[in-house]
Amino acid sequence: MRDHIQFYLGDQHYRLSDVSPETTVLDWLRETRHLTGTKEGCNEGDCGACTVLVVRLENNQLVWKAVNACIQFLWMLDGAQLFTVENLRSPDGSLHPVQQAMVDLHGSQCGFCTPGFVMSMVAYSKKAGATAKDEDINDALAGNLCRCTGYAPIVKAMKQALQHTQDNFEREQDQIRTRLTALQNAEMAEIRTPAGTVTLPRTSDQLAASYKAAPDATLVAGATDVGLWVTKRLQSLPHVISVSGVHDLRKIDHRPEGLWIGAGVPYTEAQQDIAALFPDVGEVIRRIGSTQVRNAGTVCGNIGNGSPIGDGPPLFIAAGAILHLRHGETRRTLPLEKYFRAYGQQDRKKGEFIEGILIPYPAPALQYRAYKVSKRFDQDISAILGAFALTVTQAGLITDARIAFGGMAAIPKRASATEAALVGKMWDERALSAARDAIQTDFAPLSDMRGSEWYRRTVAANLLTRCFAETSGMTQQPETRLAGWKETAHG
Amino acid sequence: MAEAVKMQVKLASGEQDTLESRRATPNPVIVTGGASTSLKHESARMHVSGEATYLDDIPEPRGLVHVVPGLSTKAHARILSLDLDAVRAVPGVICVLTHKDIPGHNQVSPVGKNDEPLLAEDMVFYYGQPIFIVVAEDRHQARKAARLAKITYEELPAILTIAQAREAGSALVWRPLEMKRGDVDTGLINAPRRLSGRITIGGQEHFYLEGQAALAQPGEEGEMRVWSSTQHPTETQHMVAHVLDRPSNLVTVEIRRMGGGFGGKETQANIPACLAAVAANATGRAAKMRLDRDDDMIMTGKRHDFVVEYDVGFDDAGNILAVDMVLAARCGWSADLSGPVIDRALFHADNAYFYPDVRFRSEPLKTNTQSNTAYRGFGGPQGIVAAERIIEEIAFATGLDPLDVRLRNTYGTGTRDLTPYHMTVEDSIASEIMTQLAENCDYRTRREALREANRHSPYIRRGIALTPVKFGISFTATHYNQAGALVHIYTDGSVQVNHGGTEMGQGLHTKMVQIAMREFGLTEDRVRITATTTGKVPNTSATAASSGADLNGMAVLDAISKIKHRLISFAADHWQVSEQDIQFRPEGVQIGETLVSFPALVKAAYFARVSLSSNGFYKTPKISWNAETGRGRPFYYFAYGAACAEVAIDLLTGETRIERVDILHDAGQSLNPAIDIGQIEGGFIQGAGWLTMEELVWDKAGKLSTHAPSTYKIPACSDRPRIFNVSLLEAAPNREATIFRSKAVGEPPFVHGVAVLQAISDALASLKNYKICPQLDTPATPECILRTADRLRALSEV
Repeated sequence: MRDHIQFYLGDQHYRLSDVSPETTVLDWLRETRHLTGTKEGCNEGDCGACTVLVVRLENNQLVWKAVNACIQFLWMLDGAQLFTVENLRSPDGSLHPVQQAMVDLHGSQCGFCTPGFVMSMVAYSKKAGATAKDEDINDALAGNLCRCTGYAPIVKAMKQALQHTQDNFEREQDQIRTRLTALQNAEMAEIRTPAGTVTLPRTSDQLAASYKAAPDATLVAGATDVGLWVTKRLQSLPHVISVSGVHDLRKIDHRPEGLWIGAGVPYTEAQQDIAALFPDVGEVIRRIGSTQVRNAGTVCGNIGNGSPIGDGPPLFIAAGAILHLRHGETRRTLPLEKYFRAYGQQDRKKGEFIEGILIPYPAPALQYRAYKVSKRFDQDISAILGAFALTVTQAGLITDARIAFGGMAAIPKRASATEAALVGKMWDERALSAARDAIQTDFAPLSDMRGSEWYRRTVAANLLTRCFAETSGMTQQPETRLAGWKETAHG
Repeated sequence: MAEAVKMQVKLASGEQDTLESRRATPNPVIVTGGASTSLKHESARMHVSGEATYLDDIPEPRGLVHVVPGLSTKAHARILSLDLDAVRAVPGVICVLTHKDIPGHNQVSPVGKNDEPLLAEDMVFYYGQPIFIVVAEDRHQARKAARLAKITYEELPAILTIAQAREAGSALVWRPLEMKRGDVDTGLINAPRRLSGRITIGGQEHFYLEGQAALAQPGEEGEMRVWSSTQHPTETQHMVAHVLDRPSNLVTVEIRRMGGGFGGKETQANIPACLAAVAANATGRAAKMRLDRDDDMIMTGKRHDFVVEYDVGFDDAGNILAVDMVLAARCGWSADLSGPVIDRALFHADNAYFYPDVRFRSEPLKTNTQSNTAYRGFGGPQGIVAAERIIEEIAFATGLDPLDVRLRNTYGTGTRDLTPYHMTVEDSIASEIMTQLAENCDYRTRREALREANRHSPYIRRGIALTPVKFGISFTATHYNQAGALVHIYTDGSVQVNHGGTEMGQGLHTKMVQIAMREFGLTEDRVRITATTTGKVPNTSATAASSGADLNGMAVLDAISKIKHRLISFAADHWQVSEQDIQFRPEGVQIGETLVSFPALVKAAYFARVSLSSNGFYKTPKISWNAETGRGRPFYYFAYGAACAEVAIDLLTGETRIERVDILHDAGQSLNPAIDIGQIEGGFIQGAGWLTMEELVWDKAGKLSTHAPSTYKIPACSDRPRIFNVSLLEAAPNREATIFRSKAVGEPPFVHGVAVLQAISDALASLKNYKICPQLDTPATPECILRTADRLRALSEV
């Protein structure tokens, strides 16, 4: 058993055996390393001022990801190389093409968000298939807030920087690869310090054994939620067990019975495969958190924490997903909606963890639509999320309906009365009207800062109308969506 | 390469061009990057490489302690007991301080009202009010400890909203202001048509990316050196001295740059600075207070929300005849800057329009919420939103295009030119700008096309609006309109510029460097700007009211001119040429037939014992204001502009998207077109955010529910307009003798967001075939829009 983690910060190798479970990458950089280029803006992963670049060797490929250092724990860097804004200049002192473009095009005013933007921009410039399209750049930068510029010059700078073919990191690729290869270690690690214990299993068997032995430990995958327990609730984490280093939980599989997403798979990696099956799920995932959040946060973590306002659960409940749980050597499955029992209460025993989720392939007659409604299109928690999976025959008969909502109840929940009002009906104005009435009996939403009860009830019914407009075979389909800069997901 | 700038200066009537006379020899060419040309931000390279130092990046002095506040969890209560034992018991905690530990005055009212204790005494007046501070070796320990206080309260009725304050007959934090001209009652009665209404205008969190922070280091014999992320170092200095009960000459406040301010660090920065100083004083160690974002948002004041009631008389042609308005604002628990903020709302409740008979009255209401404060526009935008609502109402009532109502009612020149505060508008150009913009962006054709398209679109509707801004430039507190500077030339010919203004991203330091470059003919690398410090330039005003470049620029120019006079006088004597034959040019100093390098001239002057350093001073001429009579000339001049916005709204969800925005803005003869365009683009987005997605929500207990970016949403990258065209008004030098005939540009463009609000309203109006004014309140969140649509549908058509 290893008793340390290893990683690189720029060219500097670190082998640490005194890592507290709670130390964030940001605090380590600023307070221990005195590297102050990376800024703290919000300490909750919403502003992106702390964005850093993490490169890992995955399937023998270098994978570059922008993440929020404020909600990444230091121990999560095991096996990775971390780059901060301090690492961007060339050895001769010249600026990185992204930095130069930001200077040239007046992309900074107060400059406080700038290092974070620059890191997100560098990450985007390294992304395979990065385009100079506004909508793609918007997505890459959705997790970086700027209060001064209004973003226009930053987007221009991104476009300019994309014209450069090579940067330092590309020139140093072989060296990075060599270093990361040397860091790869199949051995499980456990670090015990007075501040607490960090367990880094490498296989799901090790995870199962560790968690069974320490069922009060906190499971952490991407830390995009647990990070805030530490930075905002000031909660202690005496023992954490990592999910993200477990290789066999990092898998996406096209199984005969459906698409398998392992517990360690971040949203970013799952997005394409899911979107290929359910374009609207892909579109909602595009708007979950931000690039940085999706690079860390996992599909299953979004389920595991049992949040009533997580976007993943209603999407996958409507799709008929099956959750796979494991406790020690015992495995069981359950339909995803059964996992959520009541507010803060899930069907998960002590020491039991999610291994993955299986999303059945959509049948040809399935009409699947999902709509996220929030005050801001990007990186905002939903006021309401509605997901509709309707099986409609050629003749227009609804033979099956799975409708799930987030933000409408204390848990992500199916709209059973609405489903009942639709199944067996022709998909017409009358059925719509009945469904709009039924949905008012399905939910008793609360009022909060994201929307009042009235708003949630009204929009829930209106999302049925939108779904009807999009799926009932209108001859002239009206415009129904504003989200995103793309015309529509189905355009 | 040098750039020639065309200067078509139309002088203010009867004015001597003090600017031209101030400069001994006008430069025919401007060095590249010199004032009136574009230059990159002086810190741009440091920004992008993480090398720019902000407060929390300053290397920490040995033995530094961390300070974290303990906040009230009641909106209005008497503190019955305060048990801090558990706080003190946390390892690493050095001490816990309350108001009793403040050596001087427990008072930080910036306006001398003595209504703002630094730490609460026996009462708390809002949820989030600092009651004590934890001083610890480590910030994490301090944050944990601060939550362990056991406080018992006797809760008292809390007044949270404008409506509650009015109902309870709540106190005012400031004297109400009345502005009037003509006889509004008669005007309203005699008007052929009349309508009245009300608009609710939401507040706004500054959301500077760098939160409030300060570092205090004790020195010899009571000295206190303070680094503070403040827009007003002098006030911070005075407050720290006041709280510590020592003279100002023992306190030095320094700030190199802020990570955004927007008004939120004008007075609010005093609190962390004073608390850090109190901790430093108590421990004898350097002390830093850097607020966590949530604490920052819960503690500090924001933009005032308003309820404005209006009564307007007009005729069928859309002419405004009389306007009566009451502007009520939620000021929070103390006066802070609410008085002048609400006054400025009244100063702008006319926007660009002449009201023949007019009366404006203010209600600065005291509430048990954060003490609202300065925020870009300082009340002006709220007044303008109300003025533009009136335009809209008249347009719907008469069936006219709102743009035509606007054009019909703008101030005239020589006639219809008197404001409600009896200042004559000498240069009304709002109509010209609107007309030019409407043509440039094809407003009228697009408006017709959108209306037609809306008829065939059941769910998504589009709207368009073109709105002007006329913004008064100067502090309405006349004495603030002064500035100082200190310029040194060293014997190697390098120049250092200091001035009283602070850099918060707006490019002020860049512009000051550019003035020195232009005057001396030097390149950027030869002019260095330093941190702002009360030790170099004392008794300064806040960098606020868009005045930074106007005031400090003239002070810098004054300092430079004094040195230039000495150099010219020396050179004329030394080289035996006439003073008129000496010019500071990019290629060197032309002295008659001889070209001398700037360093060579400087060195020669030094050996001849010529002083190479000078201070500079400026005070804005012409201005005066008497709040008692409601009369005066509070503004040196007005800045103008117009914006045209096209939006799409979703009638099923209330979601909105900005499709296109065109802006034409008056920056006079811009000091730096690139920076000014940046101010306009950024100001617009901030203004649009204020009026759409940025919503402050308090719960019933008076706790701010939206206290982090997870719940308070400022515009993100994809919220910018899909098409965004911004231009500066060409050949429009300031008619007043400002620094190189430029105009202030910080606040006016914020108002352009109003076009978005009105475009949303236009889209909503399609529900009633454009016959009814939607009376859309702000912020026009999706829910607000959906509610308005719902209300409109329920109305029968008139």
